[in-house]
This record gives sequence, C-alpha cells and structure tokens, in this order.
Amino acid sequence: MAAPKKGRSASAQSRPGRSLAFILIAIAALTGGMFLSGHPTPRLGIDLAGGTSITLTAKNEPGQPNAINQTNMNTAVDIMNRRVNGLGVSEAEVQTQGSDNIIVNIPKGTNSKEAREQVGTTAKLYFRPVLATEVSGSAASASPSPSASSSSSSKATDKATEKATSSSSASPTASATSQGRAVTDALKADSTPSASSSASSSASPSASSSASPSASSSASASAAATKLQAQYTALDCTDKAQRARAGEGSKASDPTVACGKNSSGQWQKYVLGPAEVRGTDIKSASAVFDTQSAAGWKVTMEFTSGGSKKFADITGKLAKNQSPQNQFAIVLDGDVVSDPFVQQALTGGSAEISGSFDQTEAQSLANMLKYGSLPLDFKESSVTTVTAALGGEQLHAGLIAGAIGLGLVVIYLVVYYRGLSIIAIPSLLVSGALTYVIMALLGPTIGFALNLPAVCGAIVAIGITADSFIVFFERIRDEIREGRSLRPAVERAWPRARRTILVSDFVSFLAAAVLFIVTVGKVQGFAFTLGLTTVLDVVVVFFFTKPLMTLLARRKFYASGSKWSGLDPKALGAKPPLRRTRRPSAPVDPKEA
Amino acid sequence: MSKLGTLGARLHRGEIGYDFVGKRKIWYGISILITITAILGLTVRGLNMGIEFQGGAVFTTGKTSVSVTQAETFAQNSSGHDAVVQKLGNGGLRIQVAGIDTDKSDKIKDELAKDLNVNTESINADLVGPSWGDQIANKAWEGLAIFMVLVVIYLAIAFEWRMAVAALVALIHDITITVGIYALVGFEVTPGTVIGLLTILGYSLYDTVVVFDSLKEQTKDITKQTRYTYSEIADRSINGTLVRSINTTVVALLPVAGLLFIGGGVLGAGMLNDISLSLFVGLAAGAYSSIFIATPLVADLKEREPQMKALRKRVLAKRAQAAAKGEPLETEVSDVMLDDEPEDDAPMVVGPRNQPASRNRGRGRPSGKRR
Repeated sequence: MAAPKKGRSASAQSRPGRSLAFILIAIAALTGGMFLSGHPTPRLGIDLAGGTSITLTAKNEPGQPNAINQTNMNTAVDIMNRRVNGLGVSEAEVQTQGSDNIIVNIPKGTNSKEAREQVGTTAKLYFRPVLATEVSGSAASASPSPSASSSSSSKATDKATEKATSSSSASPTASATSQGRAVTDALKADSTPSASSSASSSASPSASSSASPSASSSASASAAATKLQAQYTALDCTDKAQRARAGEGSKASDPTVACGKNSSGQWQKYVLGPAEVRGTDIKSASAVFDTQSAAGWKVTMEFTSGGSKKFADITGKLAKNQSPQNQFAIVLDGDVVSDPFVQQALTGGSAEISGSFDQTEAQSLANMLKYGSLPLDFKESSVTTVTAALGGEQLHAGLIAGAIGLGLVVIYLVVYYRGLSIIAIPSLLVSGALTYVIMALLGPTIGFALNLPAVCGAIVAIGITADSFIVFFERIRDEIREGRSLRPAVERAWPRARRTILVSDFVSFLAAAVLFIVTVGKVQGFAFTLGLTTVLDVVVVFFFTKPLMTLLARRKFYASGSKWSGLDPKALGAKPPLRRTRRPSAPVDPKEA
Repeated sequence: MSKLGTLGARLHRGEIGYDFVGKRKIWYGISILITITAILGLTVRGLNMGIEFQGGAVFTTGKTSVSVTQAETFAQNSSGHDAVVQKLGNGGLRIQVAGIDTDKSDKIKDELAKDLNVNTESINADLVGPSWGDQIANKAWEGLAIFMVLVVIYLAIAFEWRMAVAALVALIHDITITVGIYALVGFEVTPGTVIGLLTILGYSLYDTVVVFDSLKEQTKDITKQTRYTYSEIADRSINGTLVRSINTTVVALLPVAGLLFIGGGVLGAGMLNDISLSLFVGLAAGAYSSIFIATPLVADLKEREPQMKALRKRVLAKRAQAAAKGEPLETEVSDVMLDDEPEDDAPMVVGPRNQPASRNRGRGRPSGKRR
C-alpha cells in the first residue's frame, strides 16, 4: 500500500473523465443492484430496529479445557438456530462471535421471553422407540384417502401408513383385535405387556396403571392413537413450518410424531413411542474410527448406571421386533437426529451406533449425545431488549447528529476552501452514497446489520474522508505558493498527497481490521464500518476527487486563480520571483539551533 | 480563509513558525506532568466503571410522569439494589441497577412497568452479566496489543524504527491522557468508551503518520547538505503540515461534537454519548501528541545517530564559519534539499550587512523564518 502504483496515476492524469465515468457508473450499478435486490435500506441491527439480543458465553468446565472449540461452538449454533426458529420466529439469527460467544438476535414482535428460555436451556434429548416411519413428502399423497383397500399400495414404506389409515377410519370401535395396525398396536404393546419390563423407566402413569387393558384405557389409547395418526398423516417433513411444529406440546411420556433426515438426506417422518432413555442417562459419548472391521466412523456411548438398565430394557425389547420397530430414534428437541437399528439387547452399559457416518457427522452426534443438548454450557452475558420506538429514536438522533456534523463540515469547507469545496463536498457525498449503498447490499449478502456503533463509525469516518482531500488541497496550495500555475501544481501535488493518503489510510484500515477480527459485541460493528469507509475513502480520492480536480484545473475559473476559487495565488501568499525583501519577516531568534 | 491561508503561506515559507522541536523539553515536561496526573487520578480516584463491567441492568423507559426520586424508590424496591436514575431529554427515565444478574431482569422489568405505569413493551432493558464488559474490554486490549505490534512493524518498514517507536509512545500517551481525564472527571466507562478509545488509536496514528510522511520526504537527502540539522527539518515538517493538522482536527471534531451534543443531548446517556465523549477527548489528545510528542521524539532519537551528529557538526561549523565571515552561505547548498522549492535569491539582495552573530544563527533555522 505504501508503494503507489504508477500506472494508475498516469491514467488518472491523462484521462480524468474516464475515472469519473467509471465511478459514476459503479455507483449507478450498485444503486441499481440495491433496488433490484429489494433491500433499498441497510438492514438494521436489533438495537435500532427493536428486538432482543442475547449474548451467550460458553463456560469453561473443569476437566475439559478444550471443550470450547470451533466445532462445538458451531454445533451449539446449529442447535440454538433450530430452537429459536422452532418458535416460529422469522429472521432470528444465531451466530458465533469471537471464540466463545454466541449472539442470538430476535427481531421485535416475537415472544422474547419464550425465546430466551428456549435458547439457553439444556435441550431435551430422548431415546424413543420407532413405531412407524416413512419418507415424508412424496409418499404423503397416498395417505389422505382412507380407502379400506390396503392393497392399493405395495410400497413397503407405505405399509404402515396404509394400515394405520384404515385403522383410523375404523377407530371409534377400535378393539384389541384389529391386527397389524402399527400405531395402535405399538401403543398397546407399550401399555400392556411391556409394562412389566420397561414401564417403570418411562414413568408413564397410563402405561403402568394396568397390566390388563381395561376398556377405558384402550379407548383412551385409541383416541390418542387417532389423534397421533391424524398428525402423522398430515405431517409433511419437507415443510419447514410443519417440521417445527411436529410433536409440539407432547410429553416425554407420550408417543409423538417427529421428523428427521435419513442417511440419503431425505426427510423421514416417524411415529415414536414414549421416551425410554433420556439425555441425562448418558454419561459420555465419543466418535471413534472403527479400525477393526473397517466400518468407518461410529459413535460409542457410556450410560450411567440407571441409564444402562433402561437401555438394556429397551434394546432387549426392540431387538425382538421387526423393522422398522426394531429401531429407536434419538430425538433432540423434537427432531430425530439418528435412528439406529437394534440387533441385540445391550446390557453392558455401553453401546455403539454405527452407520455410514463421516467424521463430522459422527462427532456431531457424539457431541449431542454427550452434552444432552448443547455441546457446551452457556450463560447469558447480556440481554438487550429494545423497543422499536427507542431504537428508531436513537437512529433518528444519530442521523440528525450526523447531518449536523456533515453540515458543519460543509460550512467549514466552503468558508475555508471556497471554490475547492465544489470538489470537496461532492467527494463527501459520493463517499456517503457509496457507504450507504454498500451497507444496504451487504445486508442480504453477508448479513451486515447497521447498529448504533456502526452509525457512530460512519459519522466519525466523515473526518477521515475529509482529511484525504485536505491533504491533497494543502499540497496543491503549497505548490501554488511556490509560484506554479495550477495544472502543474495539481500534477505535482498528487503523487505526494497520494502517498500520504495511502500510508495513513492503511494505518486506519489496519486498526479497523484487527479490531474486527479480535473483538466482540458492539465493537465489531463499529470496526467494520470504519474499515469499510476507509477503503471507500481511497476509492473516492483516486477515482473521484483527483480526476475532478484535474478537470477543474483546466477551467479558467480555477486556473486563473480567481478570488473565489480557493486557489488565488495572492491570497495564498505565493511568491513571485524576487518579490520582496525578507528582512521584515526574519525576526532574530536567539535560541540555539 | 485569507487569514489561515496567509498563515499557511507563512508557515510554508518558514516566515513564521513555532520551534516545536527546540522547545520539546517543555512539551515533554507537560506530557510527563499529564501522565503523572493521569496515573495519580487512576490510582486515587479510579475509573467510574459502568454497569457493563459490574453486571447489572439499564432500563430505559418512554415518556413518564414519575419523578426521579420516586423512580429510584421503585427500582430499589423491585430489585433490592441501589438504583441510579437519570432524566432523559425525551421525558423518559434511565434507570441503572447494579449487581443484578440477567435471570432476575424480567421480573424487575415487569414490576417497574407496573410502578411507573407504563407498558412493559415500552421499557428497554440492557442486562449484562458481570463479566461481559470485562470480556469486551479484554478483547479490546488484545486487539490493541496486536494492532500496536502490527503498526510498529509497518511503520518500521514504511518509515524507520525510530518513527515507529515515537508513534507508539505518542499512542500510549494519548491513551494515558484519555484514561486520565476519564478518571479525573469521573465519566462513566462503558463499552462505548472502549470503542471510542480504540478509534482514537487509529486516528492518532493516522495523524502522526501524515507528519512523519512529510518528515521522511523532507529528510530524504539530508546528509548531502549542510544547512539544516535533522531537528530543524523536523520542525519544518511540523510547521508545514500544521494547517492540515488544524483543518483535519476541526473537520474530525465537528461531527463528533454533533454526535456528542446533539445526539447525546436528545437521548441522555447512551452509546452515542459514550463513544463521542471519548472520541472528543481522544481526538484532541491525538492532535496534540502527533505535533508535540511524536515528531520531537523522532528528532531526538535521530540526533543520536552518528550520521546526524556529524551532520549537526558540519552545519554548526558552517554557520560558525559564516558568522566569522559575516556572510550567509546557504545559497550554495540550499538547493540540495527541498528541491521542489524554487530558489530564492532574496538573501543576496538583503544579505551582506554586518550582522551580529545571532542574525546568522537565526538564518537557516527551520523555524528560523527563512531559507
């Protein structure tokens, strides 16, 4: 940066019009792009638009000094993202900041209290038996017609649905004898025979209540089954909103429906039994590479003593079933993250999940299992709620302050630089326009949001932008004082001014860049704006101020050094050769050199 | 304009000028005094750390008729902690409660809304855990340290290590002054202040670099001439860029003042105010340090170089010789440096007179009014 390019200066010198045209076209194009993108104003940050901003800081836990790392932070962001957007919040954003912070921004108009509770709390992780499953979306068309002829569909995955559908149509009279009905069967299976083996673990009152199914319990079970069936039928996992609502409000002890992605990346929907094992039952989990059987990555789990008993029970039970009922689903916050098959009862207090994992998948699953939820513990560092009214007021005040500051600068420039302010003021305006347009464009592209510190940064940048042409103008004036006429003065002043501008802007940019990378929170938005405006300053000086100066230097008004041009040699005190004696102005200075 | 314009012209020609480098001892003294005061203020009074550093909450309400004292009581009752209440320009209140954590905030907010008879939704709450402010500050210090290292490396490459050192000293000096003023006046330190302080660093260095750039240019061929010592040229550079420094500082301070007095005035204390206040203090300090500290320091360091010592000896010898002859000699050598300035024949016109020695010593001084 310190070494300015020769070539550019030459072209700017000889073809100022081209540079001017270039920057004007660039502005026009950017502005056009801005309107085309449909975001004609910069995206406002939470502190200006109103809303809630929560900063969560990861806590270091004893014995796990390396737990706070990029992978875990990203997993946490994923999980939190799922949670806030599961609230039906649109445009809530979750992002990491610095090495150990997560910022959750929730725009105004949403239930921030609920969001706060959701975001920070530990997630709910359950192991539930799979009662039925199918690929969602495409197959859904088969289910709405409750035709009694279950033979109409021959697809294996549809089997459960079809049967279940027929059962749902017949449900008012549902009796224990209707055979092959996936949901009701499974429910019954859970509430009757299995009560002896595992009901204690799930602590479901209805399940443990009756060893022999009484009429009432079977009736309620079938009513619940009907509801569940309806839910399951209607569920389309490819729809985001539906996914978020799936299984909403269901208790751990009740069956539920859920969505999850299968290994081929398709959405799969599930009917799941009551939770058998909870996230808290898992002592640890890790991703390991299976070197023996070369089966690739797998996840191993260790259970607590209570957990291993529950796990042994459920696996023993599931292993006897047919597919898909020999699967259990690992459900995190209502989403199925994994649905491993059970081959045998696992009693050792440890288990492994194998499948076609790659390393990242295995590790992320292990993390979810290990921490029950978030891979890290978080605490709220700051919570800011801003009503849109106050945010707007602050923005307003900031803009007024900026406008007044700009106005004062303009007045100062006009008074001091007179005709030159015709260059200075448009330079400021071009710089301002570019800043605005780019900020607006960066909103949708990189998620830049204008917050209050950024507004401050932009206002402060007025000074930095103005300084560039002050340096240039002063150089030109120095040349004129040497007795040069304007055009050579401009060309001589430029290389020197250019170097000064580049060197000092580089320092400014360096400061902004370091701050942006290192710091967190409010400082970051400020640093970004400062860096952006510094870069734009260089662009404006090179492609606008200098070419305009070159062009205007050809005009008689400036070249002749008119009194109002700001370049009047007389007013500047240029010395004509042998102008005068120097005596009067050479006072004796008795000090030593 | 004309006045400043002529001032600029006279500064440029060296007709007038302030002997910044020559009087550096005075300015060093003043700066050391300021620094000591700042350190004393810091140790005795300490900084008034804002809520962000202690943990607590700031509630901002919309327009309300409840008085400040009433609001204080309400806030203390609902939180169980001392509260500081300020009236805002828009008729609202700003209520600060230290020492509560983020869990309690919702409850307090609800109670406040009831007490103040305003809608819960119209209260803004800014709640921070006790370590959040520290984290911002720590990260900022970290950023500052990295920035300083990088800038020193950059300046050492682009200029030379002496300038890098001087710039760094000036930078530390600026921080000290700003922090000292905050300690003495008792302004509240918030993350906004930290932001302002960080900006100053960039700005202070920016200012210093402009002067250094001119200095570097002017001293390019310094050893080939015998008219000026390094210090004298340094002085010329400062005087030559003085008008720019004044202009830049004015132009930078105007928007900040707008932010401070208008933006802050409307809303009372807040982020806008915090940033602009520290900027205002820091910008002034930055302008001062680049003129009075950084450049004299470079001259000081430079004069220790054997080369510059030799030059100084030659310059002085020449002057002594000239004094002995009563003849000004600079016409022979003057075009070596500042080659962009056309030669001035004036000395020959007025030159020879039986001048006292002081006249000739005065000649050729950078602040020495002529060249």
